[in-house]
Amino acid sequence: MGDELAGGSSMNRREPRRAMLRGALAIGVGLPLLDLCARAIPEASAQGDPKSQRPQNGDRFVFRTGNQTGKVITVADIPVGGPPVPAFPMDPSGVVRDGSRLNQLLLVRLTLTDLSEETRGRSAEGVVAYSGVCTHTGCDITLWKAESIRFRCPCHESEFDPKDAGRVVGGPAPRRLPRVPVKVVDGVPVAAAGFLGRPGFQPT
Amino acid sequence: MAPAPRAKPTAGATAYTPVTDQRLVNPEPENWLMYRRTYDGWGYSPLEQVTPGNAASLVPVWTFSTGVAEGHQSPPIVNNGIMFVSTPQNQVLALDAKSGELLWRYKRDLPEDLFQLHPTNRGVGLYEDRVYLATLDAHVVALDAKTGKVVWDQTVEDYKKGYYMTLAPLVAKGKVIVGVSGGELGIRGFIQALDAKTGGTAWKTYTVPAPGEPGSDTWKGDTWKTGGVSVWITGSYDPALNITYWGTGNAAQWIGDQRPGDNLYSASVLGLDVDTGKLRGYHQYHWNDSWDWDEVSAPILIDVKRGDRTVKALVHPARNGYLWVLERRADGIGFVDAKPYVNQTAFKSVDPRTGRPEYDETKKPVTGKKVGFCPSLWGGKDWVPAAYSPKTNLLYIPANENLCGSLVGTQQKYEPGKLWLGSEIKDIGLDVRNGAGHIGEIQAWDMNTRTKVWTRTFESHNWGPVLATGGGLVFAGGTNDRYFRAFDAKTGELVWQWRTNSGITAVPSSYSVDGVQYIAVQSGWGVDAQRMQDSLDTARGTKTDVPQGGVIWVFAVKQ
Ligand code: FES
Repeated sequence: MGDELAGGSSMNRREPRRAMLRGALAIGVGLPLLDLCARAIPEASAQGDPKSQRPQNGDRFVFRTGNQTGKVITVADIPVGGPPVPAFPMDPSGVVRDGSRLNQLLLVRLTLTDLSEETRGRSAEGVVAYSGVCTHTGCDITLWKAESIRFRCPCHESEFDPKDAGRVVGGPAPRRLPRVPVKVVDGVPVAAAGFLGRPGFQPT
Repeated sequence: MAPAPRAKPTAGATAYTPVTDQRLVNPEPENWLMYRRTYDGWGYSPLEQVTPGNAASLVPVWTFSTGVAEGHQSPPIVNNGIMFVSTPQNQVLALDAKSGELLWRYKRDLPEDLFQLHPTNRGVGLYEDRVYLATLDAHVVALDAKTGKVVWDQTVEDYKKGYYMTLAPLVAKGKVIVGVSGGELGIRGFIQALDAKTGGTAWKTYTVPAPGEPGSDTWKGDTWKTGGVSVWITGSYDPALNITYWGTGNAAQWIGDQRPGDNLYSASVLGLDVDTGKLRGYHQYHWNDSWDWDEVSAPILIDVKRGDRTVKALVHPARNGYLWVLERRADGIGFVDAKPYVNQTAFKSVDPRTGRPEYDETKKPVTGKKVGFCPSLWGGKDWVPAAYSPKTNLLYIPANENLCGSLVGTQQKYEPGKLWLGSEIKDIGLDVRNGAGHIGEIQAWDMNTRTKVWTRTFESHNWGPVLATGGGLVFAGGTNDRYFRAFDAKTGELVWQWRTNSGITAVPSSYSVDGVQYIAVQSGWGVDAQRMQDSLDTARGTKTDVPQGGVIWVFAVKQ
């Protein structure tokens, strides 16, 4: 199928074309293009344990897989043009929000001129952060199409465009991939807000 | 779990007829009380009103939009005029089967972090005045048949570890029997019976033996712990023997050389005692599966003649491309014979005494290299049920011919709740054989003579479950052109077709109310039919748009 499997634990830096997206970074946009308010996150995850809370303004990001797991991701750690770096958000006090699979994020660094204007506004130094959980029926997004710069979901082959707000460009997914707006502080990507949209599938 | 909004009750709804064991063993002709209507798995309605002579006048009587996308696969199940239909996302609809009026609707509040690799549901089970649903988050729920209210809700396993359920429960002798999906996530499969009244566990039988249990020597080291062998299609049942028969999935992950041994009881049929869950017999269709050939379809219980002998048989058109005949006995399962019904390159032969296949090792996927084989990993027939008519004495198999596949095995680390295939998605190949004019087929087999009597072919692939009727018809959809069709059961001649909203991969059923015979089916394309379409489009450089969205269709002959 011409995809790069960002396969599970097989993420291997010696194979640069093989990104492993298991972790996923993501941020989502709701249905309307500019649904900018972070949606109310369903109660269960929004309350209580900070590990299960969705990312928030001021969170940094840590590697979710590989031998740097848990280390803060810097802009320099993210290869330009992909593959995505699987990440979890980490709150300012250092608690990694790995208590919910809906916090899986994918950080990608893209060429600024490739980004749509709207997406550029939610990025910093070309870094964009997307939910790593497919909006179709909630699978981990583990594939990366380097040629076309797209995320691809292994379950039913939905594709999303990280250059343009996570727009659906193929497959059955009903809505775009949620994002987390990014700013950069001292060379480190930081969440500028919570998810734009609800990560994962949305019951009808 | 949303409370069920209720439309005004009809006379039928208030006068609900409880489902008894006796009715399940011997249902009235007008009813369709379980997945395949009867415990023998025939998928056959004895109703005779619709025939090859009048089928051309079949028209829709009512339709109902389910409001859900994705693969609709469940049969409309009907008890004295009340229809129960399940949909993807674990919705259950109760409708007046004659008028289409909605009586109640149950919508499950699925956990937000769930992922649904197979976003579907394959039907409900009925018992007394309850409706049973197996859910995507691995619960079984009992609903009040009259109101849709939850009576009990029982956790079967932890969905976060990759367990989920899509099958219609089998209800027998006061037990609700289910199996778990999740083989592609490295679960350890099992079949579990719950008490229909309380939801309490009656028994639980693992499909992968633990160390020390019979069959455990077919697994090395800890491989049994993540051995897969999921169970995701409703079993059949022989009340005379008190044995229920279930098909099992492949072992996990997909590539056999990473889990050496036969890997019992993967790709097998298991015969379990209904009262205790004790294993009373098994037959493994193929050992050390490496093709992702789940053999989850339950065998069909029919009598077949072999010479002078009548064999109480278990018949299984397998995903591995062979048509198997086994003998069911109180003390076990015997092998009778097997022959390919589609092009099959992986088996060199099948031992005539034991039924154990000998493999062409060059066609068995291994770690680290690409291996091609036929049929594809979706098999000659996937989960989609075949049907049997006692009138024609023919078995109707929805098949996919002329497809081959390939896999490249890789080592992948197991993580609970994560995809764990042993092959990267991009290395799953699908090819159409050179010069093939068609893919989809319906084959009609005389199981006494082991001969194919007729074949209908379709350019499209075929994912259409089959219904056979006493009026001498065979109904099926399954193709990407959205048609639902009727064929003369004797000859295979097309006698009627109707273009629906979407593609049909659901089980059709037939019932009657007030003397009128209806044919019912859901149309709603998705899941594997869609995946195969995507793969075919990739292989051919084409783009096929099959619209999604579920609708229940009910047809009758125009008066
Ligand atoms: S879950 Fe991603 S395409 Fe279905």
